[in-house]
Amino acid sequence: MRRFFVVLLAAGLAVLTGCGGPGRTVNIEGSTAMALVAEALREGFVGWEPDVTVNCSGTGSGAGIEAAIDGRCDIGLSSRALRDAEVARGAQGHLIALDGVAVIVHPSNPVTGLTGSELARLFSGEMTNWSSLGGPDAPVAACGREAGSGTREAFEAAIGAAGRCVYTNEYSSTGDVVGNVAANPNAIGYASLAALNESVAALEIDGVTCTAASVRDGSYRISRPFLLVTGAGASLSPAAQSFLDYARSASAAEVIGKAGAVSLFSF
Amino acid sequence: MMRAALPPGRLLRNVLARLLLWLSAAATCALLLLVAGYIFFRGAPGVSLELLTGRDSVLEGTVGILPSILNTLYVIAVSLAIVVPVGVGAAIYLTEYAQNRRLAGAMAFAAETLAGIPSILYAMVGVMVFCTALGLQRTLLAGSLTLAVMTLPTVIRTTQESLKSVPRSYREGALGLGAGQWRTIRTVVLPSSLDGMITGCILAVGRVVGESAVLMYTAGLSTAMQDFGTIQGLMRASGATLSVALYVYAKERSDFAAAFSVATVLLVLAALLNLAALLIGRRATRRKGGGHG
Amino acid sequence: MTRRPGEYAMKTLFLVCGLTAVAFVLLITGYLVFSGLPAIRRVGVAGFLLGDTWDAANPEDPRFGILPLLLTTVYGAAGATAAGVPLGFLTALFLAKAAPPWLARLVRPAVGVLAGIPSVVYGLVGMCVLLPLLRERLDLPAGDSLLAAILMLAVMILPTVISVSEAALEAVPREMEEASLALGATPVETYFRVTAPAASSGVAAAVALGVGRAIGEAMAILMVAGNVANMPSLLGSVRFLTTGIAMELAYAPAGSLQQQALLSIGLVLLLFVLLVNVLLSLALKRGKEGG
Repeated sequence: MRRFFVVLLAAGLAVLTGCGGPGRTVNIEGSTAMALVAEALREGFVGWEPDVTVNCSGTGSGAGIEAAIDGRCDIGLSSRALRDAEVARGAQGHLIALDGVAVIVHPSNPVTGLTGSELARLFSGEMTNWSSLGGPDAPVAACGREAGSGTREAFEAAIGAAGRCVYTNEYSSTGDVVGNVAANPNAIGYASLAALNESVAALEIDGVTCTAASVRDGSYRISRPFLLVTGAGASLSPAAQSFLDYARSASAAEVIGKAGAVSLFSF
Repeated sequence: MMRAALPPGRLLRNVLARLLLWLSAAATCALLLLVAGYIFFRGAPGVSLELLTGRDSVLEGTVGILPSILNTLYVIAVSLAIVVPVGVGAAIYLTEYAQNRRLAGAMAFAAETLAGIPSILYAMVGVMVFCTALGLQRTLLAGSLTLAVMTLPTVIRTTQESLKSVPRSYREGALGLGAGQWRTIRTVVLPSSLDGMITGCILAVGRVVGESAVLMYTAGLSTAMQDFGTIQGLMRASGATLSVALYVYAKERSDFAAAFSVATVLLVLAALLNLAALLIGRRATRRKGGGHG
Repeated sequence: MTRRPGEYAMKTLFLVCGLTAVAFVLLITGYLVFSGLPAIRRVGVAGFLLGDTWDAANPEDPRFGILPLLLTTVYGAAGATAAGVPLGFLTALFLAKAAPPWLARLVRPAVGVLAGIPSVVYGLVGMCVLLPLLRERLDLPAGDSLLAAILMLAVMILPTVISVSEAALEAVPREMEEASLALGATPVETYFRVTAPAASSGVAAAVALGVGRAIGEAMAILMVAGNVANMPSLLGSVRFLTTGIAMELAYAPAGSLQQQALLSIGLVLLLFVLLVNVLLSLALKRGKEGG
């Protein structure tokens, strides 16, 4: 009995007294649109620095920026440009890739393209039935992200409806929007180009399909940057600095491209 | 024979009432079978050795939950290492020492209140206190500490119940032989209430395994393999337990096959923990029964 | 004999353990009160509790009215109670009295398993089964709704209601039931007219625990409720107090009004739960005096 307690106590103390501080672990959190890119970078980084553990948590762009500023993580992920207020509080953005925000519907939906103004009317609640767009007589379920999401901010700004969108449902991650649109024939949503799969269909916007090429040359109108974010106050650990260097290097470009984002190096 | 004498209206009411009872129980069982059956139907085919021992890879397109299993074990070990000594200690104080009734009352009330606080509030306080103010970041350690606080009332309550069930005569016997109070507790009371404490641990493990809200915000969502080999790794590991991994697969990656496989694993775990608690409870009753007789 | 130094040390150690529990409660409630009150004061109690727009993340014109979340939580808990408690109570009565012993022995552990299923698993099943079903049957744009959340919560409080009511029903003295049977009542009449009323305080406790669980649940309903902070309607997307915190907890900048407002929601939630607890202990006390 007593030995049991001694062992428990010893184990507890060993964990508690181990010194904290910067180490061989890099904790990253933020944008869920960047989840795949971050995971791919984590795997690619093994070849760069084999004994560093990288952890990526998908929480949302705003959350990643706040966590980087507050020191809750080493590096934040943001899929939108930093706001002035965030920069003033010490956030620093490091561009690693570009991304398109694709507008997605259920594969069974006959609608294949929309104009910017149709999009704005769909998402501001003016247009509530698919029949007015040549689709079936079914209600529109406008699926979006929660306030604070980088994808939401980029999308609303691009269609000129910042803060005016009326959503049927708000989901807390990019994958969640994709999953729910894939399961609902009435749904329309938006998601990162990197997160698309065959379970949903991406619409042409003003006649342009969302692809790496159309995002890179700017012809697709809804795009945004993928940033790694550091807090200025806290000094970056060597491991985190090394990850930052790797992510911005040419050797990471292929990995970023494989994960579906538009790398800066593959021009 | 009585039933034949009942007037028809009353007979009808009797039959209907009995039917209602059976139907309700049947509905409850049907719900359970439906939920469990659906999870097994969609998840069991995906539970393979590769899933249980592999890792996630975007580049290679593999899914594996070994890291999440190890993270779950870490959180269980660390939170139990903290909550068991503190909870058992508190229970011992409450049942064996407390003479100040007001103080004991306050402690009991505190334990009860802790038990009723919704987990999202633990998450919020955990994020602001452990992750931010104490600088632990979003790590498994911060998550374990938060869960230790959350499971404290469970351990206190079950330990207290088992301490109370130790017959007075045991203590009086030991004290009469000249043993001090601590010695009495250590050699007589604790060994005979060990079953209750283990039940408390199992219940606490159940809550840790099932918890997701707290861990999402305090411990992170990464499904990468952690480096538990060094103290640095232990301190800074950040990742998803099985329940959180289920959320990540279902909500962030819309990979429902993996999500249902994790759900199957969690369901089996829940059933096993339940069975373990049941068996220990039964053993304890039998032993106590023998002791009294 | 607490004179010996070892004895004294151990006693102190255990006292410290007990005080830790008290300290945690004080820490959590104190933290919520001190950090949650400033936002309420800034927004105004009436504006905070009765404001009908929650748009805390809006950079230009943030709104901090939690009435939609508050009402959703009240309706959600009430709906779940209305659906889950009768079913749970009748199942408990069945298990405690009417069931053949072999069947009760089979069903009881099953209820235990139902209680042990993590809430994300319920959420997953709700997402994949309940939402498409509601969408197709009710011809909705999407199945995510208050109704979906109520159904989820009703299932989730079931095990609590069953196990606590069953314990209360089992504790009713045999003599009362035998007296009723001797007076000519049938067994079923005895269960409903004698056993159930005699166990009423215990059943009240079961209801209170169930309500507490329904109010506090976050993850399962985060996955099925749609999460838009609308004024509640049965078939519309809604946000609860718990999911309101969950949606924005990671986003709120430290020290911002938004974070303080989330803490205020936490405070309201805590008061809610404490209120239910107080009602519970009143019910138990009344039961004790009555018995």
